[in-house]
Amino acid sequence: MPELARWAGQLLFYGLAALLTGFFATRPVWQQFPKDRAQITIAFVHGGERKDACTKFAAEEIARLPPRARRPSDCGRERVPLRFELALDGRLLLARTVPPSGISRDGPSRLYEKLALPAGRYAITLRLADSGRAEGFDYERRFDIELRPLQNLAIDFQPDRGGFVIR
Amino acid sequence: MAAPSGFGARAVKFLRARVRLLFDRAESLLGLAFPPAWNPLLNLGALGFFFFWIVTASGIYVYIFFDTGVTQAYDSVEYMTREQWYLAGVMRSFHRYGSDALVIVAALHLLREFGQDRYRGVRWFSWLTGIVVLVLVFVAGITGYWLVWDKLAQYVAVVTSEWLDALGIFGEPIARNFVAPGALDDRFFTLMLFVHIAVPLVALIVLWVHLQRIAKPRINPPRGLACGAFVSLLALSLAHPATSRPPADLASVPGEVGLDWFYLAAYPLLEILPAPLTWATALFLFALALSIPWLPPMRLARPPRVDLDNCNGCARCFADCPYDAITMVPRSDGAPFSAEARVDPGSCVRCGICAGACPTATPFRRASALSPGIDLPDLPIAALRDRVEAEGRRLSGRGRIMVFGCAEGVPLEGLASARVGVVRLNCAGQLPPAFVDYVLSRDLAEGVLVTGCAANACHARFGILWTEARFARTRDPQLRRRVPAERLRTLWAGRLGRRALEAEIASFARALEALPPPAPVRRAPGLPATREVERA
Repeated sequence: MPELARWAGQLLFYGLAALLTGFFATRPVWQQFPKDRAQITIAFVHGGERKDACTKFAAEEIARLPPRARRPSDCGRERVPLRFELALDGRLLLARTVPPSGISRDGPSRLYEKLALPAGRYAITLRLADSGRAEGFDYERRFDIELRPLQNLAIDFQPDRGGFVIR
Repeated sequence: MAAPSGFGARAVKFLRARVRLLFDRAESLLGLAFPPAWNPLLNLGALGFFFFWIVTASGIYVYIFFDTGVTQAYDSVEYMTREQWYLAGVMRSFHRYGSDALVIVAALHLLREFGQDRYRGVRWFSWLTGIVVLVLVFVAGITGYWLVWDKLAQYVAVVTSEWLDALGIFGEPIARNFVAPGALDDRFFTLMLFVHIAVPLVALIVLWVHLQRIAKPRINPPRGLACGAFVSLLALSLAHPATSRPPADLASVPGEVGLDWFYLAAYPLLEILPAPLTWATALFLFALALSIPWLPPMRLARPPRVDLDNCNGCARCFADCPYDAITMVPRSDGAPFSAEARVDPGSCVRCGICAGACPTATPFRRASALSPGIDLPDLPIAALRDRVEAEGRRLSGRGRIMVFGCAEGVPLEGLASARVGVVRLNCAGQLPPAFVDYVLSRDLAEGVLVTGCAANACHARFGILWTEARFARTRDPQLRRRVPAERLRTLWAGRLGRRALEAEIASFARALEALPPPAPVRRAPGLPATREVERA
């Protein structure tokens, strides 16, 4: 191959390599989420109440315990699972029973869920039971919201701030 | 070398052959434009280092201006891109595209070594460390995208953290940091920056380990190729500078993201498929990549044997071994030499270059058995001489050629004819130059043609280089000066070079016919009958 053609070939190679690198560094574009929908992200960490109520020791029972293990009451470690519900315009959309974490099931329950909805106005109801009750809920919050396309509505739960927190 | 059995082994062999063919063709195509030394596909490892240094240098510059605050991170990157586009902006583009180029050449390097069957046997070590480096490069690249804190960074952060959270080993889900504005802390960026810097440093250490079983590793591409790659990156950086997407906003979903497919191709899958499936797939692929050198294991021939009666500790085998498999150790037999060669079978690939380097590997030896100081037990120099003599006796007429070819180069099947003798070697470097002299001086052929892998693509790294140097009399053992240059040719054509080899043989035969007939053979007493004798 003539020398000039060889140089041209090298130029072509470098040009193509640069072109492909530049192209695939940003394209094709990935439509990660539909443009006309919004997202609700429910993300919280919260520990349910203890599964078993604490047992108070009598004075003689405490005395029988080894000195370093003496305590006024005995509490089980295991926590109850959380029950969570999300209703949209009165229709139940999400219901989850979230077990406590940890090998002894004594850690907090963790919930992380994402829901994609058409953009628009909604009446949202959130409910949570953390006491182990079989029926009803310990916390509830209702609110109306206009969800814009691509909006991400974050729902947290912070009992020290009164329960559900919308962010 | 390998003895595969079973469907899986046959499938791997088939795949390897296809990958090799693909690379052979691509290398051959690029060979039309590039001289062998500059062929990018023959310098993938060196190019990997080159891009690593480019990414490091540009990263150091970009780091000067980078701010690790939640809002400041984006602003600082924008400042580099918009305000100081002529330097910091170009450096950012170098950093981005250099990283892309790095992962491309690293993946191609891995694939090429697989196709060449240079990942099994004693080469498992380089394969495993190479896989680890590739994983670290990916981790570094992904954390880099995170730091810009634009929409793409938000997408990467959310998908990565959700994927990691699926393991269930983190007390607090990492993804909670990215669900709403204000949830993210500046310190998180400091942590990511630390990871982004620390991981490449670890990769550099592993790269050093990666090269431990390779003698004289080529870690710098030739200047011409380096210039080409650099100018190409510069042109791309100026023509299509790396830019940010709109700033991350956790109150909204990114929606549409321009992914860097070299690093983030798996992200759509991580997003769509269930995490247990993607984790299982990722772990399976990683385990497969790590275990592939033993699927199936390579059955190697016996390693070279050192014959101390014929080894004077000259260290030529030590100097020529491409894999640092030979060390010189103090003499153990009381002979009046300072050292002897010792072979490490765990590093030796059985190429035979050591035997080709041994000055005692001369076929002229008749007084005693032909046992060089170092030799391959399964393809000894004595057997090569027998083969050469047998082929030489078979040839007749004018323009007789003895072809020495390596097992990884041009296919030699069906090449032998009345005028062409064929002797197969493990590597061209296994041929002691004395064999050329022997063939010509004994009139076993009128010319010698040594062929093998394509130029700069020696399967055993230095076979071509050392052979050419020995023939050029610049490296020991040197070709004797009495060997006429017009009766010796080399052709480095690779596995696709059969046609080129046949053309070379035809041209060489014509050239030999035009030369005067060889001088009558001079034989010392005790030599076996040569073809001339038989003719007489």
